[in-house]
Amino acid sequence: MKLPTPPALRTTVTNSPPRMKTVVRRLKFESELDLSFGEHVAERAYGQKLLSCIQCGTCSATCPLSHYMDYTPRKIIAMTREGFKDEVLNSLTIWLCASCYACTVQCPRQIHITDVMYALKREAIARGFYPARNPIPVLAKAFYERVRHDGRNTESRLLITLYLRTNPFKMLKEAMLGLHLFLTGRLSLKKEKIKGMKELRKMIDSVEPRKEAVPL
Amino acid sequence: MSYLYFPGCSLRSTGRPYEESILAVFRKLNIPLKELDDWNCCGATAYVSIDENRAFTLAARNLAIAERMQNNGNAGEDLMAPCSACYLVLEKTQHYMKTDEGVNTEVTAALRRGGFDYKGTTKVRHPLDILVNDIGIERIAKAVVRPMKGMKVACYYGCQVVRPFETFDHAAYPTTMDRLVTALGATAIDWPMKARCCGGSLTGTIQEAGLRLNRALLKEAEKRGANIILTCCPLCQHNLECYQKRINRRFGESIHIPVAYFTQFIGLALGIPRKELGIQRLFIPLKFADPPTKEAHAHA
Ligand code: SF4
Ligand code: SF4
Repeated sequence: MKLPTPPALRTTVTNSPPRMKTVVRRLKFESELDLSFGEHVAERAYGQKLLSCIQCGTCSATCPLSHYMDYTPRKIIAMTREGFKDEVLNSLTIWLCASCYACTVQCPRQIHITDVMYALKREAIARGFYPARNPIPVLAKAFYERVRHDGRNTESRLLITLYLRTNPFKMLKEAMLGLHLFLTGRLSLKKEKIKGMKELRKMIDSVEPRKEAVPL
Repeated sequence: MSYLYFPGCSLRSTGRPYEESILAVFRKLNIPLKELDDWNCCGATAYVSIDENRAFTLAARNLAIAERMQNNGNAGEDLMAPCSACYLVLEKTQHYMKTDEGVNTEVTAALRRGGFDYKGTTKVRHPLDILVNDIGIERIAKAVVRPMKGMKVACYYGCQVVRPFETFDHAAYPTTMDRLVTALGATAIDWPMKARCCGGSLTGTIQEAGLRLNRALLKEAEKRGANIILTCCPLCQHNLECYQKRINRRFGESIHIPVAYFTQFIGLALGIPRKELGIQRLFIPLKFADPPTKEAHAHA
């Protein structure tokens, strides 16, 4: 997936008089927000602390990925709390979060920001809110299926599924790396499977599935 | 002292040299390891993105098997998980089963379905923690036959071995590995990036962002004069080593720095043959001449 490039800085100055732009409303009115969204996410990310964020921005400053994000972690927390559900679930931020927990350990309010990001990912996947060909939900789903099936994950097979479902062309690009791994004995194609698959499946199936998606 | 051992999926493929060197080092130090019976995938970060309680259940099966083994002749043995992602997932499952009633009820019930009566006694440990805090730096230092003089090491911890729980070291500036390599005769460089994220699977998904994170880590290590980076996680190792060439091509850099597992480095210092440590499996060869043995030092 390509990241959007920032617009180039304007270097030329023109003499033409400024033109009036059409006025567009950039923010939603309260009536358009989903006011229960904050509570809903907070519940799924361990505790109501999310609601006590002081907007200090420590999380954004700590996050090594914030400069690629469309909304920094601080903004995501604010928007989640205020009910900007569509914007949050459509953001690139939640997919860029690498779960490094740097923000979580620094937050002065002990908000579990990483868990909030996880909760948002689940919510977005359950509702189908993600850009087409975004490899992360595809990877997560392929992984889920593989482990559900075998109890273990065979990395090589997982990657092949990922590329076939998102960008088969990329598989060629990655082929050299794969070959190198194979030659050094670091890529095994042997399928890993556990013996207690039946008991594992029984256990997993007994857990209520996907509680994230509240009815719209 | 003996441990139960959870390899995890990575150590059976890209992280193979990690497993080889762990087994070799523990053998050398006479610490028995017993592989967890019929372990399953920990779920990694991906499973959590789909369904959290199911992810906890998946991980908890391993904790329950460990407890069962402890009750059957392996009393008091902690569960060692070398991959940082596995380590954290198992630790986090344990944590939320203890602190969150909802998670506890649901997961315990699920485990019962599979015939497990889990009491929550399993302790999850990382080999870095075990080597330094149980076995002890002194004991390892005594076993050194090839002091790693002249090696300038950037110790890389990554994220999930220290965060968010800080179980055995500081979240932003850990020092366990630095102390360990110093005892092996090497110099640990001061490297503030040591616990900064490598992006995990971003190199495979949103590559542009993933490569840039790794580039920053490599450049800083190089600038501070490191001639090797040591890691304690298969994903970090893979990112820093296998993508180095691509980073050079993409950003016009000329970085060339070997990235090995910390257990491989210990193994070399303990005089274990390179083959047994999987050194030949590294993409960027460890070219330095084998450091002189202790006897040679004494002669000089
Ligand atoms: S660090 Fe915590 S309190 Fe500060 S803005 Fe981020 S979430 Fe809010
Ligand atoms: S856990 Fe996610 S949001 Fe927090 S610092 Fe890491 S990448 Fe950024």
